[in-house]
Amino acid sequence: MPRVVRRERLVPNIHLLEVEAPEISRKCRPGQFVVVMPDARGERIPLTIADWDRGRGTVTVVFMTVGTSTRKLALLGSGDTVPIFAGPLGRPSETGNVGTVVCVGGCYGIASVHPLARAYKEAGSRVVVVVDVKADYLFYWRDKLEAVADELIVSSRDGLYGDTDYVPRRVRAILEREKVDRVVAVGCTYLMSSVAEATRPAGVKTVVSLNPVMVDGTGMCGACRVTVGGETRFACVDGPDFDGHLVDWDELYARRKAYFDDEIRSLCAWEEERFP
Amino acid sequence: MSDKPPIPASLEAELRAEFERAWRQELRRTIPVKDRMRIGRRAMPQRPAGQRNGDFEEVNLGLGPEDAVIEARRCLDCAKPACVTGCPVRIDIPTFVKLVEKGEFAAAAAKIREANSLPAVCGRVCPQETQCEEVCHLRKATGVPVAIGNLERFVSDFERREGGSVFPACAPPTGRKAAVVGAGPAGLTVAGELARRGHEVTVFEALHEAGGVLVYGIPEFRLPKSILVAEVAYLERLGVEFRMNFIVGRTATVDDLVAEGYGAVFIGTGAGLPNFMGIPGENLVGVYSANEYLTRVNLMRAYDFPRYDTPVWPGRRAAVIGGGNVAMDSVRTAKRLGAEEALIVYRRSRAEMPARIEEVHHAEEEGIAFHFLTVPTRYIGDGRGRVRAMECLRMELGEPDASGRRRPVPVPGSEFTTEVDLVICAIGQSPNPLIPQTTPGLRVGKWGTIEVDWETMAASLPGVYSGGDIVRGGATVILAMGDARVAAAAMDRRLREGPAPKSGTGPEGKA
Repeated sequence: MPRVVRRERLVPNIHLLEVEAPEISRKCRPGQFVVVMPDARGERIPLTIADWDRGRGTVTVVFMTVGTSTRKLALLGSGDTVPIFAGPLGRPSETGNVGTVVCVGGCYGIASVHPLARAYKEAGSRVVVVVDVKADYLFYWRDKLEAVADELIVSSRDGLYGDTDYVPRRVRAILEREKVDRVVAVGCTYLMSSVAEATRPAGVKTVVSLNPVMVDGTGMCGACRVTVGGETRFACVDGPDFDGHLVDWDELYARRKAYFDDEIRSLCAWEEERFP
Repeated sequence: MSDKPPIPASLEAELRAEFERAWRQELRRTIPVKDRMRIGRRAMPQRPAGQRNGDFEEVNLGLGPEDAVIEARRCLDCAKPACVTGCPVRIDIPTFVKLVEKGEFAAAAAKIREANSLPAVCGRVCPQETQCEEVCHLRKATGVPVAIGNLERFVSDFERREGGSVFPACAPPTGRKAAVVGAGPAGLTVAGELARRGHEVTVFEALHEAGGVLVYGIPEFRLPKSILVAEVAYLERLGVEFRMNFIVGRTATVDDLVAEGYGAVFIGTGAGLPNFMGIPGENLVGVYSANEYLTRVNLMRAYDFPRYDTPVWPGRRAAVIGGGNVAMDSVRTAKRLGAEEALIVYRRSRAEMPARIEEVHHAEEEGIAFHFLTVPTRYIGDGRGRVRAMECLRMELGEPDASGRRRPVPVPGSEFTTEVDLVICAIGQSPNPLIPQTTPGLRVGKWGTIEVDWETMAASLPGVYSGGDIVRGGATVILAMGDARVAAAAMDRRLREGPAPKSGTGPEGKA
């Protein structure tokens, strides 16, 4: 079973998990994800690949603790194993020299957007990274982002980075300031949909990395279907990247909330068992 | 592609030799044919419908040894056994049945295993009524065939209970390596056949349990997982290595496997991509593909939520769209998970339903309602994204279509709306596109199926073979296994004739 090399809390509620997965680290590319199951009774959940080390043969994911599976993952330590760490899944993001690209990340997406920003930078694009955090103590990977960004803009509600403006408005300000060729947004559905709305009037191509509920992650079940441009697509095999201006966001919100009550029940049952 | 190609001369000679054996001749003399024909078919004992539709324990209990022997006596031991032609994997049915009649159950099991790596599975899920039992001479004479499927199940259960299988004779190691992609019925069969022929076999499986549709699709009440676990353990004893959570096409490509020294690769990735009808409201919450619904319940054990973490929406009024085995499995599962009403909505009539007859009977006994000649036209939401009703259209049967079944034609103005809070689409699957997409040069047909030479199941790339639903588009477990046997024979020839094995050790890092 795949072995955990490192698990650490980056900021409250957000954790990093580095797992030995030599084959995945050899193959993975920015924008792809892995399916992880925390233990034998766990759920299969998709997590975006945040980084990899081909020399050490490891793959890193960053996740936010929300439900039972992520709470279980957050308790793992180095040397522990996970029964499933499968991938790399999904189509890799199309990166390259596109001119100027604005990469937006929030919560777990701050980590997910990093390999994308890096790939755009390496291909010759000018990269503006916009990070959305609630407070300065929730900001992580600043050094990693600074290393790949031509400009790093941090929007923090506590104003400690000098900017409390909400991210969609911030993105719009950049579009007014200079010519932007592409916007990429990774994070919660709300962040992605509001960024897509912010760029719609200007018609700047906006790529979002969708995060619907998945089961197998290989195209077999269709749990992750989303409507894009009026057509049903499977996020796991047709995505996860889609044109943010074509996504049916209301449908995605509803489908992501499908198991809300069950998720609470599951978490309560697990907490009672784990912490009697 | 033919489901029932003629029997090769070599097999005919083998069957004849077995038929002529002294013990068979003597056994034939013990009971006259007309007495055999008077014996009634032994009924399969099953749990009462009202009890079993509330749990996931197996419905059929299996024949006892006395009944099995009596059932075996019904077999007329025909000189030209039609049953064997009806069997896609060519089990020597008369010999195994006559061994049952003699009470030699272990020997009967070993006889089946010569042709079938998954007898306990096939004894439960094969559509015998359209295969071996359909062509049984006793059926032609009396209308009631020998219960070959029930006997197959009996001997394989006996074998498992009595401490394991007779280990087959394995050829000496050849040092040649074969890769099998997908641990479904086709892949498991190829793995068993090649391991017995002395090759090193690695099975790559994308999910975390082996079995493919047998584990994610077919419910516990029809095929208990313990049976599959035993069959997989048997393959492991033969030396087959399983690499789980390995997605060929992503974790490594078919080309990577060839480069790593696998002299032959079998692709048995099945028809994994669920079809939807493309009608409005299909993405409402509460509308599932049968694949998702059954995977949640079977593979992820949602029936044991919240002990297992994966949930499933139980529903109060569940509609399952379709008339095949997957539809029957889904609707019976919905009933077991607590739906007050669980119904089948099928666009043709009862006679055209492709499901096994036994499954339809079981579903009826369990209180499933059947709505024939009905097709949904749209799903209606509750305003918060969840399904609350569906609009349907009545159909009538018109002229026969390409499948020979009468085509359903809409009755104008027959729309009606009915309340449902759970919908499961069981209208078929398409081939999983991952391998065709990531394997340059692999020829695929119009529907995304892999094209093969039916004599050898060889695909368009040298050393690559394929079979089962990824080739057929959507068939049965046993047809997939039939393909697998053909492919395994061809792969064996290629491996033996091919270059000496390279010193490669296969993919690094064990799962």
